[in-house]
Amino acid sequence: MHNFDFVKPATVADAARALSADGAQALSGGQTLLPTMKARLAQPSVIVSLTGISEIKGVCAVDGGVSVGAATPHAVVAAEVGKYYPALAKLAGGIGDPAVRSRGTLGGSLANNDPAACYPSAVLASAAVVHTNKRKIAADDYFQGMFSTALEEGEIITSVTFAIPEKAAYVKFDQPASRFALTGVFVAKHKGGVRVAVTGASNNGVFRWTEAEAALSASFAASAVESLTVSAEDMISDLHGSAAYRANLVKVLTKRAVTAAH
Amino acid sequence: MPKDGIGASTVRREDVRFLTGKGRYTADINLRHQTYAVFCRSDIAHGRINSIDTAAAMAMPGVLAIMTGADFAAMGGNPAGWHIPSRDGSAMREPKRPVLAHGKVRHVGDAYAIVVAETLEQARDAAAAVNADITELEAIVDMAAAVANPGHRVHDEIDGNLAFDWGWIEDNRAAVDAAFAAAPHVTTLELTNNRLAPNAMETRASIGDYDPGTGDYKLYTTSQNPHLSRLLIAAFVMGIPENKLTVVAPDVGGGFGSKIYHYGEEAAVLAASKALERPVKWVADRSEAFLSDAHGRDHVTKIQLALDKQGNFLALRTETLANVGAYLSNFSTATPTFLHGTLMAGPYRTPLVYVNVKAVFTNTAPVDAYRGAGRPEATYSIERVIDKAAHELGLDPLAIRRQNFIQPDQYPYTTPVGLVYDTGNYNATLDKMIELADIAGFEKRAAASKAKGKLRGIGYSTWIEACGIAPSNLVGVLGARVGLYDAATVRVNATGNISVMTGAHSHGQGHETVFPQIVADMLGVPASSVDIVHGDTSKIPFGMGSYGSRSLAVCGTAITKAVDKIIAKGKKIAAHMLEAAEGDIEFKDGKFSVAGTDKAKAFGEIAFSAYVPHNYPLETLEPGLEETAFYDPANFTYPAGAYACEVEVDPDTGKVTVESFTCADDFGNVINPLIVQGQVHGGVAQGIGQALLENVAYDAQGQLLSGSYMDYTMPRADDLPFYTVDHSCNTPCTHNPLGVKGCGEAGAIGSPPAVINAVVNALQRGGHKAVTHIEMPATPARVWAAMNA
Ligand SMILES: Cc1cc2nc3c(=O)[nH]c(=O)nc-3n(C[C@H](O)[C@H](O)[C@H](O)COP(=O)(O)OP(=O)(O)OC[C@H]3O[C@@H](n4cnc5c(N)ncnc54)[C@H](O)[C@@H]3O)c2cc1C
Repeated sequence: MHNFDFVKPATVADAARALSADGAQALSGGQTLLPTMKARLAQPSVIVSLTGISEIKGVCAVDGGVSVGAATPHAVVAAEVGKYYPALAKLAGGIGDPAVRSRGTLGGSLANNDPAACYPSAVLASAAVVHTNKRKIAADDYFQGMFSTALEEGEIITSVTFAIPEKAAYVKFDQPASRFALTGVFVAKHKGGVRVAVTGASNNGVFRWTEAEAALSASFAASAVESLTVSAEDMISDLHGSAAYRANLVKVLTKRAVTAAH
Repeated sequence: MPKDGIGASTVRREDVRFLTGKGRYTADINLRHQTYAVFCRSDIAHGRINSIDTAAAMAMPGVLAIMTGADFAAMGGNPAGWHIPSRDGSAMREPKRPVLAHGKVRHVGDAYAIVVAETLEQARDAAAAVNADITELEAIVDMAAAVANPGHRVHDEIDGNLAFDWGWIEDNRAAVDAAFAAAPHVTTLELTNNRLAPNAMETRASIGDYDPGTGDYKLYTTSQNPHLSRLLIAAFVMGIPENKLTVVAPDVGGGFGSKIYHYGEEAAVLAASKALERPVKWVADRSEAFLSDAHGRDHVTKIQLALDKQGNFLALRTETLANVGAYLSNFSTATPTFLHGTLMAGPYRTPLVYVNVKAVFTNTAPVDAYRGAGRPEATYSIERVIDKAAHELGLDPLAIRRQNFIQPDQYPYTTPVGLVYDTGNYNATLDKMIELADIAGFEKRAAASKAKGKLRGIGYSTWIEACGIAPSNLVGVLGARVGLYDAATVRVNATGNISVMTGAHSHGQGHETVFPQIVADMLGVPASSVDIVHGDTSKIPFGMGSYGSRSLAVCGTAITKAVDKIIAKGKKIAAHMLEAAEGDIEFKDGKFSVAGTDKAKAFGEIAFSAYVPHNYPLETLEPGLEETAFYDPANFTYPAGAYACEVEVDPDTGKVTVESFTCADDFGNVINPLIVQGQVHGGVAQGIGQALLENVAYDAQGQLLSGSYMDYTMPRADDLPFYTVDHSCNTPCTHNPLGVKGCGEAGAIGSPPAVINAVVNALQRGGHKAVTHIEMPATPARVWAAMNA
């Protein structure tokens, strides 16, 4: 790890100011950033810790949904969101291990937008809104491919508001080694229709499986997607699974998520 | 008899310090004026070093020394421990393995410079500033291609990239081929034994400490065998007198084979320490471990079994490409040959066997012995081809095994591949396994799985192995360049407690608990009054260390021999003190007594008298009570067992879950049943890991794809079932006084074929009749692909 300065502001405004310095980078739970720094792949000159900012931590009910502060650790989401949005709480409780869940945060996960991360599928399927210190970004506009988002340099995610669907479930198939999602599917049945978001599978990061959304909006049953096929084109192919395998998982997990949704 | 003697399930005494953070590993040791080393490692698989510019790095803050391959060019190479000649009689190709890469880099992670600085961070910064000009060459990764393309050479002087082309036993080849030509049925299977990373919990670490006052070198290092390391470093690599080098291996956090070998980093820190006259410390991080620890397995094999229509084995032959990586590591030539080819008879009466092994250089990390070493590869091939043959002939997989077993009245049994099995009873362990695994209830369980939408399968393996290595005269004939005895010194202190110095070195096996049980049992003292000293060449007799499930069978026997000498001397002392003839003295339950009388002296009184010899036969007997014994075994030991594995396969995703695993093992006499169970649990975990999870993968450019736990799947508790483990069917070893065989590697040897046999069985039962094999690791993606081929 290279040397760096460390600041821990108490407000979003102070954090934004600190982040405007050359080579400054936000630190939330550190579960991605610190290993990268230890491997000397990232060398920020100023680390701006977000974990001292109480206004971006915690869970609260908002009109028609639930708002989760960006610096809220997964363990807190798992423990406190269940009464509003069980599928989201369950997803958070299935991320990594207890140590990762105590440190890692929603904001860090979304800013990083790992193609195998769990949260992006929930955000996309829930039609959630990503709040930053500058604006509100609709989920459909936020994710822009692997490790790529609508965030601008120095922009800070402050919270995410999730619309609570009538029924929802996340089913994750673990990559055997990392236990990130080899493929994960979040199915959410909203009043206006079903959204199906897939993580782990595509070279373009999290995506919506629109054919399944149409079929499930017509009939919310696992059998509704039976006749659909998932193209393996653009699917990730690696040590742990071919593109065809991932395409298969997309369908299998979608069916399982529909069955599990409540 | 003490309650904590032989047969007691004593809890491991060393665990208290390990589990409470009070172990003292190499990384925990910090010496005065210590400096820190970092190695520059190649990030390409194959390249010619044009120049290494260290000037900028040398000028950086805190940097004390930078040495490159050129600085070590005059030193010797790190040798292979066994010479394996080729079938045509030609000598093994043994390219020099330098301390640091010189001329060429030959695998990703090959170290070409050591950077030493005042702090670790300074050393890291400077290592990044070392500027190596390396011309990339085509990487040779695939073994078949390495052999087929003569122009491409890992070592410039070796065309064809072969270390040897070994035939075992070459004289039998024609007879084996003739039997195949005449056989009513031949089953052929091509399979890969996947490459594994050893992943000891503690990474390798070394501290070189040169004493300019005495000219002595001291090396603290993560070694399974400090004397062997000393011999290699002093006599072969650095050319310093053995008596000027002390090697200390303190607590060692697992090895699984990977810490048997001497690695260049050890010589490099010693040389740097001499140059700087300060201690030089290096601790590998996990990424370095993946890149530079010797890997295990990596065989590609074609095995054929010839049978009659009734399923009697007529002949067996194999052709194997064994990857040795970029350099010959110390045991790398023995592992695919004498630890593999000699096992190819298994527990069966197969009359004719021929094994061919070609050892192939590639631009990958060196491959060497890893828990089981050669025997898992042999067992996997045999037990898989038998299942395939049974399937082809429509025979029951257990019945075909049983009908070919060597029978209890056939011992000693000489196999066609050069071993003499002293004892065994394979029907007994098979019957025990059938009972414990409730084979009769399988169909009921399969129906329950089916009701859940899962495919259930059952697989078996009836395995044998040769361990307790090894008889020196035999291995000498086979090409070993060292002896494989072991040694122990038993020092009875004046106050009656006992220190036992052993050549064996525990790195997780529990020697500190088990060895005292033996001494306690023999001397009638509590085990708590016996302590083990190991791991320091300045304290222990010259022993060969721990690997090959040898600690108890070889070093344990040396301990018993030393204790025998203690008792014999004690009798002389007692005879004097009790004014009786030596022949009339009996030793039992910790007491020396005159036969037929109530005259007796306790063991402690004899010990005291030996050191305070006021009433002592000084004219005829030396004072003191300390004895050393070296023991060279007469034969290998042959543990064997029967394993059953039940799996469920998810037909939609291909995910395999191990539902049960049953082991009925014959380890001969058992000194500590609890530790034996633990060893079997760990071994089976590694075997299930190999079968379902673990895989070292390189891409075509020789880049390591599985270089961290993000991609290398270590087995976790929830990947594993609760095991059923039994070792009640004992046939004690006939040639060591304890009657013990080894148990350390058994689980890793016997389990992989049982798992894969179960997976294949599940798929076949599930209607995927065309699936006759699935490669390890049987990952969900692979199993799904097999079902959807
Ligand atoms: C062993 C392990 C297992 C894991 N398993 C899973 C898994 O199964 N599923 C899964 O989804 N994830 C998994 N993760 C990832 C983990 O859940 C974290 O969510 C993720 O690492 C990032 O969150 P963090 O809070 O740690 O972010 P950090 O590491 O602190 O930051 C990550 C990036 O986000 C930026 N950032 C952080 N917060 C903000 C913000 N509020 N606004 C703007 N930018 C910000 C940082 O500058 C940095 O670039 C795993 C991680 C580990 C180490």
